[in-house]
Amino acid sequence: MDELESIRAEALASVAAADTIEALESARVAALGKKGSISALMGSLGKMDPEARKAAGAAMNAVKDEVAEAINAAKISLEAKALDQRLAREKLDVTLPVRPDTLAGRVHPISQVMEEMAAIFAQMGFDVAEGPDIEDDFHNFTALNIPAEHPARQMHDTFYFGERDDGSRHLLRTHTSPVQIRTMLGKKPPIRIIAPGRTYRCDSDMTHTPMFHQIEGLVIDKTTNMGHLKGCLLEFVTTFFEVDEVPVRFRPSFFPFTEPSAEVDIGCSREGGELKIGKGASWLEIGGSGMVHPNVLKACGLDPDEWQGFAFGMGVERMAMLKYGIPDLRTFFDSDMRWLKHYGFVPLDVPTLAGGLTR
Amino acid sequence: MCSWRELGLGEDHDGIAELEVQAPIGAKLVDTLSLDPVIEISITPNRADCLGVRGVARDLAASGLGRLKPLAVAPVKGAYASPITVALDFPADAESACPLFVGRHFRGVTNGESPQWLKDRLTAIGLRPISALVDITNFFTFDLARPLHVFDAAHVKGDTITARLARDGETLAALNGKEYALSEVMTVIADAGGPEALAGVMGGEHSGCTEATTEVFLEVAFFDPIRTATTGRKLDILSDARFRFERGVDPAFLVDGAELASAMILEICGGEASDLVIAGAEPDWRQSIALRPERVEALGGVAVDNPRQQAILSALGCTVSEHGDGLLVVPPSWRADITAEHDLVEEIIRINGYDLLPATPLPRPSMSKPVLTPGQRRAAWVRRQLASRGLVETVTWSFLPSAQAKLFGGGAAAMHLANPISSDLDCMRPSVLPNLVAATGRNADRGCKDVGLFEIGPQFDGPEPGQQRNVAAGLRAGKVAPRHWADKARTVDVFDAKADLLAAITAAGANPDSFQIGTDAPAWYHPGRSGVLKLGNKTVASFGELHPGVLNALDVKGPVVAFELFLEALPPQKAKATKAKPLVKLSAFQPLERDFAFVMDASVSADAVLRAAKGADKALITDVSVFDLYEGANVGEGKKSLAISVTLQPFDKTLTDEEIEAVGKKIVEAVLKVSGGALRG
Repeated sequence: MDELESIRAEALASVAAADTIEALESARVAALGKKGSISALMGSLGKMDPEARKAAGAAMNAVKDEVAEAINAAKISLEAKALDQRLAREKLDVTLPVRPDTLAGRVHPISQVMEEMAAIFAQMGFDVAEGPDIEDDFHNFTALNIPAEHPARQMHDTFYFGERDDGSRHLLRTHTSPVQIRTMLGKKPPIRIIAPGRTYRCDSDMTHTPMFHQIEGLVIDKTTNMGHLKGCLLEFVTTFFEVDEVPVRFRPSFFPFTEPSAEVDIGCSREGGELKIGKGASWLEIGGSGMVHPNVLKACGLDPDEWQGFAFGMGVERMAMLKYGIPDLRTFFDSDMRWLKHYGFVPLDVPTLAGGLTR
Repeated sequence: MCSWRELGLGEDHDGIAELEVQAPIGAKLVDTLSLDPVIEISITPNRADCLGVRGVARDLAASGLGRLKPLAVAPVKGAYASPITVALDFPADAESACPLFVGRHFRGVTNGESPQWLKDRLTAIGLRPISALVDITNFFTFDLARPLHVFDAAHVKGDTITARLARDGETLAALNGKEYALSEVMTVIADAGGPEALAGVMGGEHSGCTEATTEVFLEVAFFDPIRTATTGRKLDILSDARFRFERGVDPAFLVDGAELASAMILEICGGEASDLVIAGAEPDWRQSIALRPERVEALGGVAVDNPRQQAILSALGCTVSEHGDGLLVVPPSWRADITAEHDLVEEIIRINGYDLLPATPLPRPSMSKPVLTPGQRRAAWVRRQLASRGLVETVTWSFLPSAQAKLFGGGAAAMHLANPISSDLDCMRPSVLPNLVAATGRNADRGCKDVGLFEIGPQFDGPEPGQQRNVAAGLRAGKVAPRHWADKARTVDVFDAKADLLAAITAAGANPDSFQIGTDAPAWYHPGRSGVLKLGNKTVASFGELHPGVLNALDVKGPVVAFELFLEALPPQKAKATKAKPLVKLSAFQPLERDFAFVMDASVSADAVLRAAKGADKALITDVSVFDLYEGANVGEGKKSLAISVTLQPFDKTLTDEEIEAVGKKIVEAVLKVSGGALRG
């Protein structure tokens, strides 16, 4: 048995001494390999008598298991060490910048604000209507109660095209109101639409661009009155600006296509030079509105004694400027990547009333 | 440290304005100077009556602000018969041009400087005092909205001043120093020598009053608004008189206006006045309008009781009487804008106060419904898809320089604006791309060379309403991404544009595979690096590298790749009976991939090869992709090697080697048939 003990001691010592996977493998082969010391010893069992073989076999198997166990434990430990060493070599400078974000596109503030407006008015039952940018005189002026010599035409700096064979001239719509006309000519009331879109005026300075966007609203039924107009706009501005209270003020005005007519102001404060929409000491004009003029209804084949309703119009850029603090109208159309990335919206920001219009 | 003119307080521009020595330092200028406060009022075009101070005062009084002083008119007794008479000479269809003409002759007047009070008032509203007679006409224009004209009677030829239509070929040297050619649509005031003034617009130089004037003829007339506006517009003359006549002066305030003006002329200029001379008659301005008092609440949304309605209308100058269940209202002569019941409703709720209008929420359905049209939804999806691919949305003008329009298939004469804001914006855009390219150039000039832009908006195919298409157009230029330590920067190529386009089509709910790909893209694309997607013979989209010649003309460095997707050309989405998605088919068996490489003519399209391979066994082949493309000496001139990977997905059993081999054979046969090539060994 001394021999077994010395083989055991030797094997365990060489396992313990192994400091590489390769050395450990040599130790394993030396002890448990086909020609290993323990294997050789076990080969002697066949020559023993059954009684002695039983006792010696049990002792040898216990040594064999012990050595195998030791090898396994040493292997795990050596592998862990080797992995640690590899990982130490694989060190990267994680402060290096990541690959550039090539998916950082933006949605233009005009599109975003028009989607916000559509979301709000959809809640009030308005459809979104559209019409052509190039219009004829009838839809842009005549049907809207602006006859040829009316001084109100001077309020519109109209872009015209050349004279046609019949002497008439097409034009770029000066407002989205022609969509009102097309809608009323196209379907029977009740009507609730908003008409957002491009509009054009022959005007260009600090606060005017030759193209801009308007959103027009139209409600036609049998009972809608000017109080509904005020209520509708009050709900709209409160929701749009996402503040608790935005006072709305109507100022008497004149538009050929509405009567009575009102310019719409919203409350704001300018304390400390900062413009804040909401209850305050100042007022800001946001658009025009009024009850649809009987002549407009008649031009669309509707009997003014039966049908009535309101219309309003607002500048989309102006609303965007007020809500998002954009200082200059002209920059909306510059296509300056820096501006677009700064004032634009990430595509995930889909305005909803459930989730809030703005992040 | 400004001159009086710089401050807008006078004409003096000879140096820095000086205050009186005793002016306290630190006090407000407005308290130091004895200035009349000036209130600027913007008058809407319908309120001709408020183009004079008295009209504004009347409206304020009706609202309860102050009391309107009565206008005391004391007729001036004529000292002699006017040596000049007035006459109206119009054809029957133009009698409305000037229905009433009142005149008066003055002699022995002195046309010197106006008294200080008159000069101060005119200066305060920005008018330059000229001479007493001219100042008096200006004063009446702004005080009572009653434009007048004064002729130097010594320069009037003959003894009659006639209001008539101008004759073609007549000319007039006007007071502004310009010579105007007149036509038959214009009304003139003429003497024996010809036109002396443009009625309601501007006087003539010849008979204008000067400091030497001692004999004056005063004109107080009513001119038709539309004719006055037409004349002013045709001759491009803006004047205070035109501004009032085209909006409508008070037709019942001619004789009284003449008397008041006479009194002031005599007071300031001395001399004596003749009898009035009058031609024509006051036009019939009276109209009765029935008002149903309940309409005020029905339209205005605010209840105003009947006595208050009557009080408001009376305060505005209306004559109100009970009439059946309602009221009969005759608006005053100065309110030609009130013509119907709704006008009366407006006046009542306006004077009652818009602040009293209730804010009533619109009644609405208890649950709102989606309201966007299919086209609007598509545009919204495409917008967010393109933005999420890294393109930045922009909005550009609908017009552009015609030279650029021509590069993109537009620029026809009918698409030109008659009055563009500048020659740079004179033509409707035939494509969105030129604006995006120009924007790319501007960004490059600012140091931003890697650009990804898109716009969803109209392009104009013709000059009629509706001849426009909604286009989603996008463009990339420069590098796909900036230089980076880990990846090489790659220059954009046609496949970036194609990928954007296919993503947009998918976002719009259409299947990009359902279109045919052609190579006949429009001329503004690189002829060898561009394509079109078609549905039948209808072009749905085009994409490619932009033509270097076009970029050169736009002064932009390439390569620039772009696409144009015509949103309305996409097939409409099918209405589905249910929102349920088709049942998913998941196989329990592993898919396997087989690779094939072919050598073929370089002209064979990859699309044809892929379609052929995919069609070889529709049940088994779920995907085919190109993983290698080689053109070079090894495969021969004009040839290419195309390597494809085919995914086989069995659904009911594992494939045997024989079955796999059979599918492989079918794939090879199909590809060879369509490509005329050979399997690469």
